[in-house]
Amino acid sequence: MGITHVVFLPDSTLGMWEESMMAADGLEVVRVCREGEAWAIAAGLHLGGAKPVVMIQCTGLFESGDALRNVIHDYKLPLFGVIGYRSYLSQASLPGDTCLTFTEPILDAWKLDYRFIDTPDKLSMMAEHYEQCRQTNQPGIALIAEGKA
Amino acid sequence: MSDESRMLLTDCLEVLKAAREDEVVISVMGTAREWSKISDHPLDLIYVPSSMGQATALGLGVALSQPSRRVVVCQGDGSLLMNLGSLVTITAHAPKNLTVLLFDNGVYEVTGIQQTLAASDFRRDEQSICYASLARSCGFQVVHEFASVDDWQVGVKECLSEDGPVFVVIKTTPMTENLSPKSPGPAAERIRNFAAALQVED
Repeated sequence: MGITHVVFLPDSTLGMWEESMMAADGLEVVRVCREGEAWAIAAGLHLGGAKPVVMIQCTGLFESGDALRNVIHDYKLPLFGVIGYRSYLSQASLPGDTCLTFTEPILDAWKLDYRFIDTPDKLSMMAEHYEQCRQTNQPGIALIAEGKA
Repeated sequence: MSDESRMLLTDCLEVLKAAREDEVVISVMGTAREWSKISDHPLDLIYVPSSMGQATALGLGVALSQPSRRVVVCQGDGSLLMNLGSLVTITAHAPKNLTVLLFDNGVYEVTGIQQTLAASDFRRDEQSICYASLARSCGFQVVHEFASVDDWQVGVKECLSEDGPVFVVIKTTPMTENLSPKSPGPAAERIRNFAAALQVED
C-alpha cells in the first residue's frame, strides 16, 4: 500500500497494533501527545512526499476538529485516517457511552467518506478504501468497531 | 521584561530573511502577516488559514519527511500555548533539521493584543512564563534566547544550521495596527505549489 508513516495515539484496542507496526519494514510510527496534532503532522509528512495514515480513537477525532477542518477542507489534503469506534462492540465498561451517539454524525459533519468495519470479514475494506482514496486524491476514514473502552 | 528590551517583529524577520538560504519557512498568525510582506520564496508556507497551534506539528511532519532540508517554524507564544504538547512530540522524534522560532510578545496580537495567561499580569508571582525553560523541560537540548536585534543577527545563522531540534525565543513587542493575517491566495493552490517545491531534489 506504500504507507510510510502511521501518526498514532494508542487506545486500548489500537494500542495492541503498535508492536506490529513498529516491527514492519519501511513503516515509521510517529506517536503524538494529543490527536489534533496528528493531522497537522500527517499534513507535513504528505507535503514532503510521504504517505502517512492517522490512527486514533473516536474521542481523539472529536478533539481533532479544527486541525482536521484546516488540512482536509482549507488545504484539501487527501489524508487518510483509521478511527477506533469506542464501545461499539461492548458497553460493558462504559454503559451509555456517548461515543455511540456522536462518532458517525461527527464524521458526516466533517464530510469524511468513511467505511465502517465491525466484523473481521470487512477488514479488507480498509485497504480497498485507502487505495480508492489514493487514486482519487481524496481524504478518507476507516472506522473500526472496538469492544474495549 | 520591559518593551525597551524587546524587538520589533519586523526587524527580527528581516534578519531571518537576510540569513535565509534554502530553508523551508513556515509562518503563522502575526509572523505570517509580516513574512508575506517581505518574502516570496517557493519554500515559504504562509500558513493562513491555520489551525491555531498546529504550525509546530506541521513543521515536524515536513522535517521528518524531508530530512535534508532545514525547516524553520515561526510562531507566536499565543499559538504555542494552544499546543504545548507539540514540544514534547518534537523532542521525542528529535529531527535534527527543525528550528522553532518563538516570537514571544506576551499577547494574542491578531485578536486585539489581549495578554496571554503566560504574561506576568496573570501570574501569582508576577513572573511571565519562561519559554526557554519550558522548552528545556520538554527535552530541547539546543535553546537560545535573543532580546536585541544585534544579538539575533549574530546568532541567526547558528540557529539555522546547528543540529536540532532547536528552540529559539525572540522577545518582541506587540504590533498595534493592521493586525490580521491575510491569506496571500487560494490555500489549496498555494500548498500544492509548496509541496511541489519541497519535493524537488535539492
